Amino acid sequence: MDESIYLDEARDPLIIAEGWMKDGKDVAIATVVETWGSAPRPVGSHLVIDAEGNFHGSVSGGCVEGAVVTEAIDVIDSGKARMLEFGVADETAWQVGLSCGGRIKVYVERLG
Amino acid sequence: MDPYVLKTLNEERRGRRAAVLVTDLGDGRDRIVREGDHVAGDLGAAIANAFRTGNSRSVEAEGRTFFLNAHLPRPRLVVIGAVHISQALAPMARIAGYPVEIIDPRTAFATPERFPDVALHAEWPQDVLERAPLDSYTALAAVTHDPKIDDFALKAALDARCFYVGALGSRKTHAKRVERLLALGAGADQIARINAPIGLDIGAASPAEIAVAVLAQTIHAFRSRGLEAKGAVA
Repeated sequence: MDESIYLDEARDPLIIAEGWMKDGKDVAIATVVETWGSAPRPVGSHLVIDAEGNFHGSVSGGCVEGAVVTEAIDVIDSGKARMLEFGVADETAWQVGLSCGGRIKVYVERLG
Repeated sequence: MDPYVLKTLNEERRGRRAAVLVTDLGDGRDRIVREGDHVAGDLGAAIANAFRTGNSRSVEAEGRTFFLNAHLPRPRLVVIGAVHISQALAPMARIAGYPVEIIDPRTAFATPERFPDVALHAEWPQDVLERAPLDSYTALAAVTHDPKIDDFALKAALDARCFYVGALGSRKTHAKRVERLLALGAGADQIARINAPIGLDIGAASPAEIAVAVLAQTIHAFRSRGLEAKGAVA
């Protein structure tokens, strides 16, 4: 159990995103905004992505991060935020899903 | 996300201050709300709930959909006194989600053998609290019975607006303590915030039962804390 009361700056996605921004990188932030059923990461969890596809954090247990990164690079290009939905109910819309049977909604936006 | 909003949010998080990031999922505009800021209407009520529970969620308000991301500092419990009560309190509080630090300059009490797996400081509270100051997401329980050890920490906890301040001792003991704290410059409103005798009144008799009463009172204080306007953030 992580018992530190202070931020783990080396691993905190929002701190990393701020650092990337200061380095002049283009950054997208993905946030879990809704979950149904069994979801591996709670609402509010972040994945941050740069234009090269580097990422930190998580929005699932690794099931959908790849798809979120791909979408995030489009969001960085277009500047237009997207709402993504993943889960067993959306097999036709998405190639990837959550093996745990839950569903999640992920908001992807560009920083700046 | 607005870069300035991200920078501000991270500053608040680094400083162990609560903030809610409000994002309009329709147009992507976002802003930071700090604890005690006034926000009107249904959105304000939802934000107040996010501060109290720490739960993030989407809400409908004013015909729009907002995402509220609650960033609450992790609460902690500082215990002054490496005594029998603290031995029971430390593991129970940790399980409940409140990491514990114990401070007691009496080296016979503050031993790793008596307190395995606990952050333990065999030093005076003055020295420890200078390095790691108290804040409004810290609870403080003073249980040594010794004014030389407890008083400074209690005054520091009141000044730092700790969300919970408790002090062990009978009403008679507490009356004397109040006189000393007043002499140290504490205000009457501050004195009123001290929970003494310590712990919820569950008829606790043994040290372990007193620990349960203290932990329950700490949780109650955390879940009902400071939703009223606080004025300027210190």
